[in-house]
Amino acid sequence: MHQEVLMAGFGGQGIMLMGQMLAYAGMKEDKYVSWMPSYGPEQRGGTANCGVVLSDEPVGSPVVTEPTLCVVMNRPSLMKFRDAVQKDGYLFINSSLVDDSVQRDDIEVFSISVTDEADAMGNTRVANMIMLGAVSTVTGVVPFERLKAVLSEVLPPARHSLIPINEQALELGRELVQD
Amino acid sequence: MSDLQLFKGNEAVGEAAVRAGCRHFFGYPITPQNELPEYMSWRLPEVGGVFLQAESEVAAINMVYGAGGAGAKAMTSSSSPGISLKQEGISFLAGAEIPGVIVNMVRGGPGLGGIQPAQSDYFQATRGGGHGDYRTVVLGPASLQELVDMTYEAFQIADRYRNPVMVVGDGVMGQMMEPVVFPDMAEVTDPPDWATTGKRGRDNFNLINSLYLDPEELWEHNRKLNDKYRQMTEKEVRWETRATDDADFAFVAYGTTARIVQKAVEQMREDGHAVGLVRPQTLWPFPQEPFDELSDRVDGFRTVEMSLGQMVEDVRLAVQGRVPVQFYGTTGGVMPDYRDIISAMEEMMRKVGGRR
Repeated sequence: MHQEVLMAGFGGQGIMLMGQMLAYAGMKEDKYVSWMPSYGPEQRGGTANCGVVLSDEPVGSPVVTEPTLCVVMNRPSLMKFRDAVQKDGYLFINSSLVDDSVQRDDIEVFSISVTDEADAMGNTRVANMIMLGAVSTVTGVVPFERLKAVLSEVLPPARHSLIPINEQALELGRELVQD
Repeated sequence: MSDLQLFKGNEAVGEAAVRAGCRHFFGYPITPQNELPEYMSWRLPEVGGVFLQAESEVAAINMVYGAGGAGAKAMTSSSSPGISLKQEGISFLAGAEIPGVIVNMVRGGPGLGGIQPAQSDYFQATRGGGHGDYRTVVLGPASLQELVDMTYEAFQIADRYRNPVMVVGDGVMGQMMEPVVFPDMAEVTDPPDWATTGKRGRDNFNLINSLYLDPEELWEHNRKLNDKYRQMTEKEVRWETRATDDADFAFVAYGTTARIVQKAVEQMREDGHAVGLVRPQTLWPFPQEPFDELSDRVDGFRTVEMSLGQMVEDVRLAVQGRVPVQFYGTTGGVMPDYRDIISAMEEMMRKVGGRR
């Protein structure tokens, strides 16, 4: 197993947290993992992306340039990365904010309106967890139950009151792709 | 694998230092190493240590001088522009024979440069950015586990030689996360005999000093220092080779760049090219042995760095003209793409050709 995951969106959409959840869950599954952010000077806003490598072998380069699995949460990220996804790879698109179609038939594309779904849940900020639930369910990159289990370890104690809504968001993501 | 913890590089340095017995940290904020002083600001008080945010980088390195002179395991960290400010203090540490650990998470330069990863402080780190005939052991980790282990060992090396030791990472290494295992907590030891902790009933007092106005005396002092540098060269040098046994050409790279080159090596091996990698783990002392061994076997070396070409000079000194040495690099905060690294090596293979 060797997955190179790229997650991208606006700062504030929880991109880094999605990546850390994957890396942490992967580590708990006895995979070799790395998590690497693209970092800028701004605390929020701007574009944000992170690369996560999960593998049965020690991670060589932590730099993800040709992802096997790519999540784009906004339009600029789609423009930047849609052609970089490896053949037979996965591309997950937040269709609430991205209405472009992807003219590639050599990858699997999933468009999910996660921001709208999160708004319907009453908290727009869990869009990332809805997406992550869907990603896990479709690709099996890390087991769904493992993702739920690591929430309490990745979120700082001060945010543990948000674990239930994040769990609901992960589950909603799973339901949306099971239909 | 239960001891594995997912850590950010900067924070991993902090925990590794605490495990090594470091109880004194002096720093000043600069991206991309801020998580290290932040970590120390809560972690050191937990273990009875001192975290102090100094008024400047110059003050911070001189606090290391003071604390180290009193026998404490002391540390400071910064990124490129801040490390430049510390150079005078590092020279004084070396001159006064005070152990101390300096961490540089290198960013693009010169001047204020940028905040993205770079390796353009190689000259400064290995040649001594400060004045005088001095050397510092310079450790160049390539993974977060190695960053942890080398930070831990940096304190031991510093104590062994009473000399400053540098750990050189880059912005990526400070910001990325990987699982790490930390060494056990070392016992915090009493200050050594030479430390300036008061006379304690002795007749003589200890002196920490780098001023020798008598030239003969200063020469003698430098000879003594030089003996230490010779010992470091013999005992502290480290490197790793990958896939060099049957290699026709070899890459040379350190730190994060070595990992990107490793990906290029794997890809080129799949395509049937016999290429390998020499990865210096100590940047000073620079490893001579792998180049002596390989210069008789390979047709050339391609050095890859996030700089305009700095370590390549050491590679050329080590290879001594026996085979061609070429350079490929990106700088200013741009990381090299493994595909461009492959192209660079393929170009060299075409131009240099094989001797066999």
